[in-house]
Parts: sequence; C-alpha cells; structure tokens
Amino acid sequence: MTPTELETRDTTIKTDLKEIAADIVARTMKGGASAAECVVREGDEFSTLVRLGQVETLKESGSKSIGVRVFFGQRAASTYSSDFSREGLDRMVKSALELAKITSEDPFGGIPEASQLGQLQGNLDLYHEDVYSLPGAARIDYARRTEKAALDFDPRIKNSEGGSFDAATGHKVLANSHGFIGEYSRSYCSVAAVPIAQTDEGAMQRDYWYSVARTLKKLDAPETVGRIAAERTIRRLGAKKAKTATVPIVFDPMVSTSILEHIFEGINGDSVYRGASFLAGKLGQKIAGDNVTVIDDGTIPGGFGTAPFDGEGIPTRRTVVIENGMLKSYLLNTYTAKKLGLQTTANAARGLAGTPGIGPGNYFLQPGSKSPKELVAGIKEGLYVTEFLGQGVNLVTGDYSRGASGLWIQNGELTYPVEEITVAGNLKDLFFNISEIANDLEFRGSVAAPTIRIDGLTVGGE
Amino acid sequence: MDKYNDKARFFFEHYGLAERDLERYLAAALSAGGDYADLYFEYLSSTALSMDESMIKSASQGISAGCGVRVVSGERTGYAYTDDLSSDRILHAAKTAALIASAPARATVAGFQKTAARSLYPVTLPSVDAEISAKVELLMRADKTARAYDPRIKEVRASYGDELRNILVVASDGTFAEDSQPLARMNVSCIAKTEGNSARGTSGGGGRVALDFFFGDKNPEFFARESARQAILQLDAREAPAGEMEVVLGPGWPGVLLHEAVGHGLEADFNRKKTSAFAGLIGKRVASEKCTVVDNGTMPWRRGSLNVDDEGEPTQETVLIEKGILKGYLSDKLSSRLMGIADTGNGRRESYEHIPMPRMTNTYMLAGNDNPEDIIRSVKHGVYAVNFGGGQVDITNGKFVFSASEAYMIEDGRITAPIKGATLIGNGPDVLTRVSMVGNDLKLDEGVGT
Repeated sequence: MTPTELETRDTTIKTDLKEIAADIVARTMKGGASAAECVVREGDEFSTLVRLGQVETLKESGSKSIGVRVFFGQRAASTYSSDFSREGLDRMVKSALELAKITSEDPFGGIPEASQLGQLQGNLDLYHEDVYSLPGAARIDYARRTEKAALDFDPRIKNSEGGSFDAATGHKVLANSHGFIGEYSRSYCSVAAVPIAQTDEGAMQRDYWYSVARTLKKLDAPETVGRIAAERTIRRLGAKKAKTATVPIVFDPMVSTSILEHIFEGINGDSVYRGASFLAGKLGQKIAGDNVTVIDDGTIPGGFGTAPFDGEGIPTRRTVVIENGMLKSYLLNTYTAKKLGLQTTANAARGLAGTPGIGPGNYFLQPGSKSPKELVAGIKEGLYVTEFLGQGVNLVTGDYSRGASGLWIQNGELTYPVEEITVAGNLKDLFFNISEIANDLEFRGSVAAPTIRIDGLTVGGE
Repeated sequence: MDKYNDKARFFFEHYGLAERDLERYLAAALSAGGDYADLYFEYLSSTALSMDESMIKSASQGISAGCGVRVVSGERTGYAYTDDLSSDRILHAAKTAALIASAPARATVAGFQKTAARSLYPVTLPSVDAEISAKVELLMRADKTARAYDPRIKEVRASYGDELRNILVVASDGTFAEDSQPLARMNVSCIAKTEGNSARGTSGGGGRVALDFFFGDKNPEFFARESARQAILQLDAREAPAGEMEVVLGPGWPGVLLHEAVGHGLEADFNRKKTSAFAGLIGKRVASEKCTVVDNGTMPWRRGSLNVDDEGEPTQETVLIEKGILKGYLSDKLSSRLMGIADTGNGRRESYEHIPMPRMTNTYMLAGNDNPEDIIRSVKHGVYAVNFGGGQVDITNGKFVFSASEAYMIEDGRITAPIKGATLIGNGPDVLTRVSMVGNDLKLDEGVGT
C-alpha cells in the first residue's frame, strides 16, 4: 500500500447545487405546480476497518442526489434521482407533476408560510475540513491503535471484529417556491472497536465502544476507546441468568437514551394526531415525575442534532418538551402542527422522497447531581442494564417488554454479569418511576440521557 | 457483443457501455495487483404509495443508479463507488479501490463467461411500470375492507411499494451476469380502540411478482382483514407471564426466529472470523435430529430468491443443518476462497454502495411428521406464538430476542387466551437442540420480511 496515494478524494466537480435546486423549483412551478420544494444532498465518506492488526477494508466514495416535492393545491407528490444529467432531471420534474394527479386532496398539506421561513445566523460549528486532513496511513493507524488497545487490554480478549475509523462530510441544500434557499455542511468522524472475549470454556461475548465528533480535535484517543470497549466486553464474561423479581434497575447511558426515544415516539406530532400514543392529548398534564425535564434544542453549536433550519426551511429552536414532569410541548412539523391546530416546533426531517417526517434536534434529559456510582450505591439488590435486544414497546398501550443484559447489583456494587432476561412494565408508570437521574450527560448522537434509576419494573429470568 | 444478445442488456443500451470498457475498468482496478476485482452496476427504480385517513397522502417515485468497484487482495478489500456512470468516474473509483493492493499490475480476463440465464421471476410487465391507478386502487380496497371489518377499527394505514433493480456484475474471473429483479409488496396496519384500550395489527405480503399477484388470493382484502383481525384480537389480550416455558411456533412468519437465531450465525464471514457461536461446528450436532434447515434462493417469485446473487453467481439450495448436524455455511466468493468451501451463491449487498457479504435468501426448516394439534396437546403450560413484530440476535453469544405480535397461552394442551407483550428470549445454538416436535405444516411467510 502506498498511503499517500489514499488521498484520492475528488474535488473536481463542485457544481452550484443551490442553482440546481432553485432551477428545479422554478421548472415545477412553470409546469403548473402551486408550490414546490427541492432538496439536494451531496456527501463523501471514507471508512477503514483493521482486524487483528491487518487492514481488512478500505472504502471511499462520494454521492449526490436530488429530490423534489410538488403541490397542486392540496395534492402532493415527490420524486428523486441520483442522475443529474439534463434528461435525468427532466424526467424527475415530469414524473412529479404527473404523480401529483393521483394523490388525494389533503386540507392540511402544503409547505410552510413564507413568514415562517429562515435560518440561524452565525457559525454553528458543524463543519470541520480536518476530518479529511489525516493522511491515508494515519487513518489506518487510528483504526489499528483502537483495536490494539482493546486486544492488549486483557488476555481474554482473543478475537475482534476490528477497529475502525470513519470520516464523512455532507452538504445539504433546500429551496422552495417562497424563495427560501439555504445550505449547510456537516462533518463527522469516528473511531470504534468491537472486541470479542472468550472464557476458557469457549463461551464468547462481544461488546463495543466508540467516539464520534465533528472534528478530529474532539475525538477521544484511540487508546481510550479501545480500552473501554475491552472493559465492556470482559465484564460480560461468565454471564448468568437472573431470578424473576421486581427490583430497581439502573440504565447505563447507552440504554437510558432508549427511554427518551420512547418519549419522542409518543409525543411527536405524527403519533399524537393519530392517537397512536398514550401521550396524545396529555399536553399540560403530568406524564412523569417532578425530576424529569426533557429538552429539544436544534441550535446548540457543534451538536449532532444541530442545523440552521429544519427539513422545511424553518429556523431551528429550543423547545422544552417536559418540564418537571409536565408535558409542555409536542415535537411537530408543519403538517402535524396544522392537524393539531398548533405551531410547528421546527422538527421537520426531510428525506429525499415522501412527505417530511419528524426528527429530534439535540434532544436530552436534564441531568441531576449524583454520580452514576452513587445511584448504584443506593441499591441493595438490582439490575444494571447495559444492552437491550429486540423491540417490544407498544406506544398505544404503553406496554414495555425488552430483552436485556447487564450486571447484577448487590449491596451497592456491580457484581456478576447477567443475560437472557426481560425487563417489563408499562411506560405510563415507568416515566413516574425514574427515581434518580445522574450527572453524566454526554452527547454521543442527537439523543442523550444520563444514567438513570427506574423502580417497579419486572425482571424476567428463571 | 452478439454473444450477450438477451433482453437484459440494460446497461449497454442505457449507458453505452461496451465490453472493452468493462475490461478497461477491471484493468484499472487490478492496476496495483489485487487478486480479484469486480464491478457491480445497479439501476433501481421504485415507487412508494401510502394511504392514511382514507387519503393517498404520499406518492413518490425515484431512480438511484451507480457502480461499485471492489478489489480483493488476500483478506483485504478495497471498495469505491460512484453514482455517476460516466467512464472517467468509474475509472476513478476503480483506481481508488485498487489502492488496497501494492504489487505490480495484474492481468484481467480477456472475454467474459456469461452466467446461464434463469427465470425465477418471469414478470412480463414489472409492477414499477404498471398503471399507477391500479396501485392506488389496491390501497383504497384495503382501507375500505379494514374499516368495515369492525367498528372498533379506528385507524388504517395501507402502503404499497415496488421496485425494479437492474444489475450487471462483471469480474476479473470472467464472471458476466445480468439480472432484472422486480419486487412488489403491500402492507396494511390497523389500530383498534375501545374506551381506555387500544391495539395494533399489521399484515402484508408480496414478492418478485407483477401487480396481478395482488388480484389473486393474497389481495388487499386478505391483508386488510388479517391486519384488522390481529388488532381486534389484541384488544382482549392479557399480560404475558414471565419465566421459562415451552413455546410452540406457528408456521410461516415465526420462521423469522430461525432467520435471526440460527441463520445469521451460519453466514460464512462470521464463521471465518470465528465470531459466530456456530464457528468450528461443521459435522457436529447443533440441533435436535428433528431439524433440517435449508437456505434456498431458487424458489420462484419469492422475495428472497435471485437468478444470480450480487456477485453474479447462480443461487442454489443449500442444506445448512441436516437432521441436527451442521452441514455448511452460507458463502460468497471471498469466504469461499479464504475458507476453501463452496460458494453457495449467497453474496448479497444492500446496494452498489455496499461491499458484498454472505447473507440468507429463503431460509426454512423442512416439515416434520408431527400433527400441529398433537404439538399443542403435548404442552401443559406454554405459549403459542403465531406472529412476530421484530427480533434481534447477537451472533457472538447466540442470544436472541423476539416480540410476538400475536400469541396465546397454552393450558393443558389447549390454546386459551391471547396474550400481549410476549417477548421470547433464548440462545440460538441452544434453542434448536431443544426442538422436541416439528409440524408437518411448512408454510413460508407472505413475503414482507427480508
């Protein structure tokens, strides 16, 4: 391998994507549409996987795609393409105009009002050229060092699915027929390790750890990531089953985010207007304990869920979702806001095709003051969950039943690993039974929560 | 060029490709001396329609096309792709992927061997090209039937999606394979509500079929009634009990448990790296002797079937477990070369953006001799699982978890009350050794799952 030659990222074509987006909007309007919205996405990615010290895969590429959504009054349709040739774009526009004829009149359809559109000003710290600044050999070295730290940590780490380094940049343009046009770029890099530990009897366990950041400067050292991955794997060895019991459960931050995701699923406008969530209609009511405050904030500089505008061209904002247990706001896009007679919270998530969905900004549970250790110390007999497997959550009824593994808590200490257990209860009670919230909030994605303790759930085992 | 004179010459016609171009790209891919290189061209057109609140709220159509270039050197894989199918972009991708190797250039083939044509899904008019109004009608019929099923059905969503994937795979070993792969599916999901209670049901099906499939017995009314039936049934379901108990899986969709709990663990890459709980167990007993498990990519019209896999190899029927003994793994070209085992034609990739991996086609357990009623009768206290919502497996320790969306208690050999929220957990290599009876009622799912 000639590492220097790995610098093959192509920078030759940089067409003005804003021009293309505005042109597509203009052409659909000329074709008779009453409103239109166009999105263009361009990105490139690099990834490398080193396994047992050897480079296993190197992947590098760029891609570009475009999508348009058109309205004829209250009928809508969308088309998309990865073909930017004249014919490709012509065909995309033509099929969108035709497809809109077969959809239904929806009185709540449409793009936002012109007055709602806009974007956050200033540097949101989302893009750093440096994710690509590492020479090819150094990227491989990051992956190699991460895996090596895991393999060297303990002789029981006997195998590995590898150490990896990934980098990506993405550029997004949105234009609509009110004249809105906006664009932003985001960068991303990560290192990860997936070690495998084995007992003398041959039983294997696998776990992982990773660090992700918008700039190399904020990425954890490969050695740290590898070591934590190994620790998490080793502590799973020799797992037992647990006895069926109702005990306090501590959720590791890697799994406490799932509780926030259930709240998101339950309070996003789509579930609410359909009545597909037990939280529908609960605005202004207590849905959780006094200690629970949940915020969605798309404006935090450098955040994984930050953008200057949402998928419909509305400036992102900070929304208090739950304040001291009271449901203060749903999370909405234009369509669901109209359905509910409310205002959008700028949470529209726009893919290439279809109608916009709803996505979180930086969405998190407000941390408390105790350390995670103190949470565990307060429990005589309980479960510390590190992983959930499978789904098993019904938002209509709140029924909650998930496969889990983790560590057993005895006399305030983490003791032996446990697996093949279920954790079950109902979310209606669960949100009130978050008895403690630790102080270790850290964003590893757009959804984050600290370590939490939940009481009253049934641990199902033998 | 005349030796490739069949109807599938899609990329030659649409992109003006010629055989010498393909040879040139492969030569660039091997310019740094890899052992093997391939090109995967993909042109995917798709339609998606959804009906919600009795309105066609969303309709979309799109095209995604690209080419992925792979270079293999020993155990290393270099991969690059482009969604611009111009000659210079493909050459650029080839040269990027080539960098995985570091040796003098290697010669590529002169002349390709076309993979023999098969026709597991002889669709005359691919559904993606069918009249859109006919697709809309399917959704309207499903919506109407589900709402009429019971006044407690308050919410109905129906969706329809189809695609046509044209692929061309050429490789430095002379492989030349083309295929045109249709796929169509529809899905109906219902919410039933009463005062203070609600429940969900979902049903769907499809395959590598033309639109007329949905005008046969698996029509919109069938899926709508099934979805509504599940939702209504769940209204009266009681809480599932916790603890270890005997489980009877119904035929069809519960096979997803086989897919997750066993199938993934038999994919060769995990076994080559010894990261699967099934690694090193060929010839050993991994299941009770009642169990014979096969993977079969050659079943006409089915979603899991393919004329050729994504590496251009014909698919086949592979016995994975025979009477409880592990016979083989699912393999692709890389695993077959590195492990010295046969290529079972299971090389799959999500799209041109992805490196191929050995993955399942249609995986199922052969029918046994037991009468389903006798199986139920043999259980004193257990669960009868008929439909699953979703599942997940950790192939390293073998642990799996599944959520049953339709399940019943079995008490004293009789199916009694429906239960909700049943989550089945267990260990893949362990669970098959405990299979005590196998029904004579083999049924494959309706074709929604992967």
